[in-house]
Amino acid sequence: MTYRAPVRDMAFVLQEVAGLGSLAGKGDFAELTPDLIEAVLEEGAKLAGDVLAPLNKSGDHEGARLEADGVKTAKGFREAYARWVDGGWGSLAASPEFGGQGLPLALSTAMQEMWNAANMGFGLCPILSQGTVEALTAHGTEEQKRLYLPKLVSGEWTGTMNLTEPQAGSDLNALKAKAVPQGDGTYLITGTKIFITYGDHDMAENIVHLVLARLPDAPAGTKGISLFLVPKFLVHADGSLGARNDAKCVGLEEKLGIHGSPTCVMSYGDNGGAIGTLIGQENKGLACMFTMMNNARLLVGTQGVAVAERAYQHALAYATERKQGRSIGLTLAPGEMEPIVVHPDVRRMLFTMKSLTEASRSICYANAVAIDRAHHGATPAERAEGQARADLLTPIAKSFSTDIGCEVASIGVQIHGGMGFIEETGAAQYYRDARILPIYEGTNGIQAIDLVTRKLPLGNGAVVKGFIAEMRETAAKARGANHECLALIGAALDQGLDTLDKATDWMLARLKSATDDCLAGASPYLRLFGTVAGGHFLALGALVAAKAEGDAFLAARLATARFYAVQQLPLAEGLLAPATAGAETLYALDAEGLGA
Amino acid sequence: MKVLVPVKRVVDYNVKIRVKSDQTGVDLANVKMSMNPFDEIAIEEAVRLKEAGKATEVVAVSIGVAQSTETIRTALAMGADRGILVKSDETVEPLNVAKILKGIVEAEKPDLVILGKQAIDDDSNQTGQMLAALLGWAQGTFASKIEFDGDKILLTREIDGGLQTLKLNMPTIVTADLRLNEPRYASLPNIMKAKKKPIDEKTPADYGVDVKARLEVLKVTEPPQRQAGIKVESVEQLVSKLKEAGVIG
Ligand SMILES: Cc1cc2nc3c(=O)[nH]c(=O)nc-3n(C[C@H](O)[C@H](O)[C@H](O)COP(=O)(O)OP(=O)(O)OC[C@H]3O[C@@H](n4cnc5c(N)ncnc54)[C@H](O)[C@@H]3O)c2cc1C
Repeated sequence: MTYRAPVRDMAFVLQEVAGLGSLAGKGDFAELTPDLIEAVLEEGAKLAGDVLAPLNKSGDHEGARLEADGVKTAKGFREAYARWVDGGWGSLAASPEFGGQGLPLALSTAMQEMWNAANMGFGLCPILSQGTVEALTAHGTEEQKRLYLPKLVSGEWTGTMNLTEPQAGSDLNALKAKAVPQGDGTYLITGTKIFITYGDHDMAENIVHLVLARLPDAPAGTKGISLFLVPKFLVHADGSLGARNDAKCVGLEEKLGIHGSPTCVMSYGDNGGAIGTLIGQENKGLACMFTMMNNARLLVGTQGVAVAERAYQHALAYATERKQGRSIGLTLAPGEMEPIVVHPDVRRMLFTMKSLTEASRSICYANAVAIDRAHHGATPAERAEGQARADLLTPIAKSFSTDIGCEVASIGVQIHGGMGFIEETGAAQYYRDARILPIYEGTNGIQAIDLVTRKLPLGNGAVVKGFIAEMRETAAKARGANHECLALIGAALDQGLDTLDKATDWMLARLKSATDDCLAGASPYLRLFGTVAGGHFLALGALVAAKAEGDAFLAARLATARFYAVQQLPLAEGLLAPATAGAETLYALDAEGLGA
Repeated sequence: MKVLVPVKRVVDYNVKIRVKSDQTGVDLANVKMSMNPFDEIAIEEAVRLKEAGKATEVVAVSIGVAQSTETIRTALAMGADRGILVKSDETVEPLNVAKILKGIVEAEKPDLVILGKQAIDDDSNQTGQMLAALLGWAQGTFASKIEFDGDKILLTREIDGGLQTLKLNMPTIVTADLRLNEPRYASLPNIMKAKKKPIDEKTPADYGVDVKARLEVLKVTEPPQRQAGIKVESVEQLVSKLKEAGVIG
């Protein structure tokens, strides 16, 4: 089963739902027209479907290998990556100053969805490179930008991010890697980083590692962390490649999924020290890394959408082919059966997959458009509003969409019955691949804490309230449209918003006085938020879709929004109690008692 | 050398075709359209000739509805230099297409016209041949290889059971077969550049052509549904079943 990028849906969500239409055709995006958006999506879809997707299964099977001279990716990855570079896809959202096309991040997010739906093990590499480009563009010195950005933008070189160490995962306070200034502007980096995605590979001639490390006199904790650029091969002032740096992959992890993506143990300074240069200011490394991480979080959320879409396409095809049973009341000759898509429970599963995938796609694209507004908005007020919206949506985009990725992939397995559990079918791979998404780039638990403790207080609650008010408007529009289906969607959204209001007020009232209670409810609260926000975006799409008749695509948008309103939005109410139950119950047993 | 490549907007090859309920034709409402695959091969060949320094300019022409501009843009993104859209909301039959192209050839004076051997919507396989006849030019159809020998073209064509090589005088009409090349994917920078390349807009009347249909379509129907098969036990049973079905005598 191959993958076909849902180009029309992507274009629709970008322009009609996520709000890219309001930025297109003017200012920095003067050249961005609907036909250009479609042409870009269409051409990318060919590469994704015809070149990357066919390597998904073989990449999973073969995986990456560590050999004496470094990591080798699975068969076909090198060639596929070369074609991706030839296509200039890495340049999409980058600044024209460094060879980029200066297109919106939102469009690039849709493309990242395609690469990752086609082949997640492959798609991780472009995600990390994009993050590296963003961090260097924002914080790099002129020299670093000049030497590294053009090659990263073209894709000739790739990027990595190195935070995690054995004792420092979610909590970077414990980070140990060291950086010693050499007096010539360079630093010698030593230490071990683990779980480094694409830390080494054979697809590009150089790799640019962004590494968090501590200076000798750095304060303890996260206030003493600096960010360094450490290339695999040193780069001369004229841009040519020099000596191999003392940064090596010394081991590859064996994983549950994404076997195509090498997850490296990186050793810096085994032979004296890896040469690096400082990015941004000393001891301010975490802030720089967060520029990269915020967008990377959105892109991991997008991977959730990607794997969900792929699993859905696969399951839908199977449901229309596999014959078992028959519709209630239908008489068929003995031995004759209907495809399983006729059964109510299979339809429920398919619609659940479809509607959750679209809900999370909309949230991710809207997050991306908010970042575009933050960078390219016409006025300072628009830019500030975009940044605030992006800040709010990022943890939701990351967590909600990656949970959805896992759930939808799991339903995909279920639709295949026993064959779903058998690797040959392919459905199992999506399920295995999806499972990393709620873990890396800040676990979903950490995202929920971020949403509740850092994002809700933004503007003293004004940011979250502003978004809720906007969602209320959508509900009102749907209710007032004099359209039966829209009225139902609007009413369900309003009900969801009532719940979100209650939960949000509860959180805001206790954030300072009873932080533990808020932390205890953070994950159910985030899910509740995502569920309602998804309903809002699907309703926006439905409002557009209801205007046209006789278009199967638009009719499907309306039907999907309706299903979501009936079957998903009501679940938000069930999350109110767990979100607001407080911490007491969770501490009814001590650690010893939990084992009793 | 200037190369002209006509490109047609057709239903995308991945789309499952549905026939209109009144049997007047194929349902095109909200159906994904893209460039005829054989025309993509034609464009690719022209662009390769340009990259090899043999062609100096590649002009893509499309005859059809306004959205055919998108098809021309695809050609421009693949490397064509400019486009001509001959706008017509009516279906233009092969002979009329050939007449319009004749007008364009007379205006543009290309040395070579590369067409797809046929369009995957109506499978007519006529336009190239008609154009050659109207112009009185040499033609090489179903090309699987194009080479140059001085001012002549050495053209390998696919025929039943083998390959035939023709030596053709220029100017020439060539129609592209599947194995001529594998068309490239347009790169992102080239998609962006294509937006700035010029597209002229014309009408059939500009070339003195009346696009009124000469053929009458009686009806269009779906192919018959495939019947469920059965497993036969022996060769004898197979033969008798085939006889029953009237497939063998
Ligand atoms: C395949 C893969 C690829 C990766 N790629 C990279 C990479 O390229 N670069 C990189 O730097 N890292 C990478 N990582 C590391 C990844 O980001 C970390 O694994 C992740 O941040 C979690 O850290 P940890 O594994 O130490 O888990 P821990 O921090 O030990 O967390 C264990 C559990 O405790 C919870 N938890 C921890 N602290 C808290 C808290 N304060 N409140 C509530 N719950 C808490 C977590 O949510 C989690 O459920 C990768 C990991 C994997 C598996």
